[in-house]
Amino acid sequence: MKFDFSFALEILPALLRGAIVTAEATFGGMALALVGGLVLALGRRSKIPGVSRLSASYVLFMRNTPLLVQIYFLFYVLPFAGIMFGALTTGILALGLNYSAYIAEVYRAGIDGVPQGQWEAARALDFSPGQTWGRVILPQALPPMLPVLGNYLIGMFKDSPLLATITVPEMFAAAEHIAGETYRYNEPYTLVGLIFLCLSYPASLAVRQLEKRFGKV
Amino acid sequence: MASAVVALLLSFAIGLMRLSPLRLVRFVAGFYVEVIRGTSALVQLFYLFFILPVVGIRIDPFSTAVLGIGVNISAYGAEIVRAAIRDIDRGQWEAATALDMPRLLALRRIILPQALLAMLPSFGNLMVDLLKLTSLVSLITLTDLTFAGTALITTTGRPGQVWGLVLVLYFLMATPIGWAARRLETALAARQRGRS
Repeated sequence: MKFDFSFALEILPALLRGAIVTAEATFGGMALALVGGLVLALGRRSKIPGVSRLSASYVLFMRNTPLLVQIYFLFYVLPFAGIMFGALTTGILALGLNYSAYIAEVYRAGIDGVPQGQWEAARALDFSPGQTWGRVILPQALPPMLPVLGNYLIGMFKDSPLLATITVPEMFAAAEHIAGETYRYNEPYTLVGLIFLCLSYPASLAVRQLEKRFGKV
Repeated sequence: MASAVVALLLSFAIGLMRLSPLRLVRFVAGFYVEVIRGTSALVQLFYLFFILPVVGIRIDPFSTAVLGIGVNISAYGAEIVRAAIRDIDRGQWEAATALDMPRLLALRRIILPQALLAMLPSFGNLMVDLLKLTSLVSLITLTDLTFAGTALITTTGRPGQVWGLVLVLYFLMATPIGWAARRLETALAARQRGRS
């Protein structure tokens, strides 16, 4: 089997254009997941009956069903509910909703990781809830979360090719398109694999550095 | 299921290779894990599906899927195996050496029985991931649950109900696995506490 370098160079711009969409989807999804995870984590701690349960069920359901089917579900069901989104928006929404379930658990573990004595000390010093969270709990809970969140960002990046199935023109879709047109599968798919590797390997090294600095949750 | 077997076998092979005293073997295994974990599962699957026939290896889509998913999961499994073996107390290795046990025998009789227990819960979670990953094989023409969903929609024209049902079915399959893994974890923890 031959690997044609000139052909590879020729298709590289198209793939990189797709990579921009991939990046949009990944960062958009992550932003949504960070907020969604916060809502879920707060819901989990809530004392209002039912809210904590609801949030736990959401997390369980999202974690135990495949992302691909969730994407299909949103893509086909939202229009029925009268919500018309573009494919990319739907994709970002699906990624965000899926990963908020995982990120909620990260927040929860981070907050639970702060020793009980810290809460009691804040109380003994008569801190307001705002001061307790802002000055005592969050500064200790956030740093250990960073490497875990980094790992989920990489995970989402690797899940983003699934969006190609709902016609989002990201990097993998671009490769499929080229392969379909030219019947040359080797170069596009190899390049996509390499681009993934070139981006996610340094990212995972960076995450490891963060881990060394802040310790694991 | 077949993917699970492939994944388990490969996990142990690669995980043990990463702990090998030989640098080259360690490097090869490390490279494998980084490449697989660094790329997307869907890309790997397509790669196998389209590239294997080109290099003259003809296997049917089902075997491709089993291989693809098995290889992907095994990279994560290898890390579980590695971590579990590394976490065994050094004294256990030293004791085996003191008893003049060859390394492989010590690994089999002393280290693995302890490490296996530690691995079980993580492997339970990994099996849930594997189940979810199988939904991707519908994209390389295999008739799995997700593919059946696609087919049903073309005949019934009701995507909402069909995808909702498919989600519920996956959930019903995955939840017992996760639940069993957690049960196992608490049971093992209790046993460990009883022993020490």
